[in-house]
Amino acid sequence: MSQFRIQNLNLYYGSFQALKGVNLDIPERRATAFIGPSGCGKSTLLKTLNRMTDLVEDCRVEGKVLFDGKNILSRLTDVNTLRRRVGMVFQKPNPFPMSIYENIAFGPRTHGVRKKEELDELVERSLTEAALWGEVKDRLRKSALGLSGGQQQRLCIARALAVQPEVLLMDEPTSALDPISTARIEELVLGLKREYTVVMVTHHMQQAKRVSDRTVFFLLGEVVEAGDTERLFSSPQDARTGDYINGRFG
Amino acid sequence: MRRAESLLLRIAVYGAVGLTLAVLGLLMLEILRQGLPRLSWDLFAWSYSSENQSMLPALVNTLTMTVLALAMAVPVGVLSAVYMVEYAHRGNRFVRVIRAFTETLAAIPSVVYGLFGLLLFVGRLHWGYSLLSGALTLAIMILPVIMRTSEEALQAVPDAWREGGFGLGAGKLRTVFRIVLPPALPGIFSGILLSAGRIIGETTALIYTAGTVAQIAGLRQSGRTLSVHIFALWNEGLAQGEAYATAAVLLVLTLGLPALSARLSRRSGHGGGKRR
Repeated sequence: MSQFRIQNLNLYYGSFQALKGVNLDIPERRATAFIGPSGCGKSTLLKTLNRMTDLVEDCRVEGKVLFDGKNILSRLTDVNTLRRRVGMVFQKPNPFPMSIYENIAFGPRTHGVRKKEELDELVERSLTEAALWGEVKDRLRKSALGLSGGQQQRLCIARALAVQPEVLLMDEPTSALDPISTARIEELVLGLKREYTVVMVTHHMQQAKRVSDRTVFFLLGEVVEAGDTERLFSSPQDARTGDYINGRFG
Repeated sequence: MRRAESLLLRIAVYGAVGLTLAVLGLLMLEILRQGLPRLSWDLFAWSYSSENQSMLPALVNTLTMTVLALAMAVPVGVLSAVYMVEYAHRGNRFVRVIRAFTETLAAIPSVVYGLFGLLLFVGRLHWGYSLLSGALTLAIMILPVIMRTSEEALQAVPDAWREGGFGLGAGKLRTVFRIVLPPALPGIFSGILLSAGRIIGETTALIYTAGTVAQIAGLRQSGRTLSVHIFALWNEGLAQGEAYATAAVLLVLTLGLPALSARLSRRSGHGGGKRR
């Protein structure tokens, strides 16, 4: 089953075309990795999936992105509901300047959860899912800014999970982290993709290989090749894909 | 050579600090030396008379004036800043015009504000010399300060937090008021504090708008604040010692203000900030 069907998508920043005629299906409950050199449009496509591109001035989108059969690029889409269902984790950990508990509870409260027991339960469940509960359960009322970088990123994952999304978008989630924290996040993603559709932008080909089921290779705003990760890395069909994964450019 | 240079620099730096402290210390010492001996309970009697120049009415008016002017200027100033930083598009021409206006407003001398208040509130609107006329005039005067400091405080909040809020499906309103505003509050408070200082210290603009009557004034009555009280006493030349005593009280009040605000922002800022 496809979670997203992207059809003939063109995206412009002012007069610069960042995505060119993208057609792509993203499968449900799988991890999909977007790879490619910087400026190739992989992050832009990721941000289109929950309309974070709306925040960029002068950004114009053409084409369709079907999510659950509906075109999310339509004016009628409620972006707040969309973003609840399609959560996002950013390049740099960005916990809010609040307590750990408040960070996690913010999302559910936004979407109408008021009861304390319910919130408590969501906080514990999300932190457990993000493999952080054991480390923070005794300091939930302490500021989230006191956590280490890796812990902060797992907190951000927990925060995204707390609103019970269907999809988790991750924009180079380990690029600001050390190798050990990176390994923990990757391990986490391997578990999460059983429950959620994960779409991850990465500039590490090894990371794509370790974590993802499908890989999409971008170049200059176009999708050059998409396929099962193993197949794409072992026998790329496009010469440019081969050159990139063998480190000849990028 | 290097040594001599660094020594010179060190002397200059310490000298500057020393000079600043000396001036401040001298000023405080002189005012307290002249003022404290003249302080007595009589100076805090309920009403002012030519025999007993009580400063209590002026003290009460100062508080009323500060609260009134802040109550008018703070909501307008902070909300304007929220509009300019969070809602207007970057590089919006309207915002640039507002910014130019507020910068100009901030540079206008207070006597001009006084005359403006005199013509508009006291005259045209027939409110007469009153706390209301004075407070409105001061509100306009401090508006640029509050807008500017609030704007800067909001701009200092990292965009990553806004993205985090939007990414969770919190709309603009919730993101702005729940995520962006709280960490900006200490900065906004410091602007309010600065403004409170200007209100308490303002004399000229108030003489033209709130008048100089030494009574505990209602909204539509004329009343002098402490600064105006000092000016009036000194000008009349009959009770200059009492002017010093008032100055001492004003000094203590102004010094107490930062401490009070630090306390307030500490209490309101729980869970936030960079503390662990």
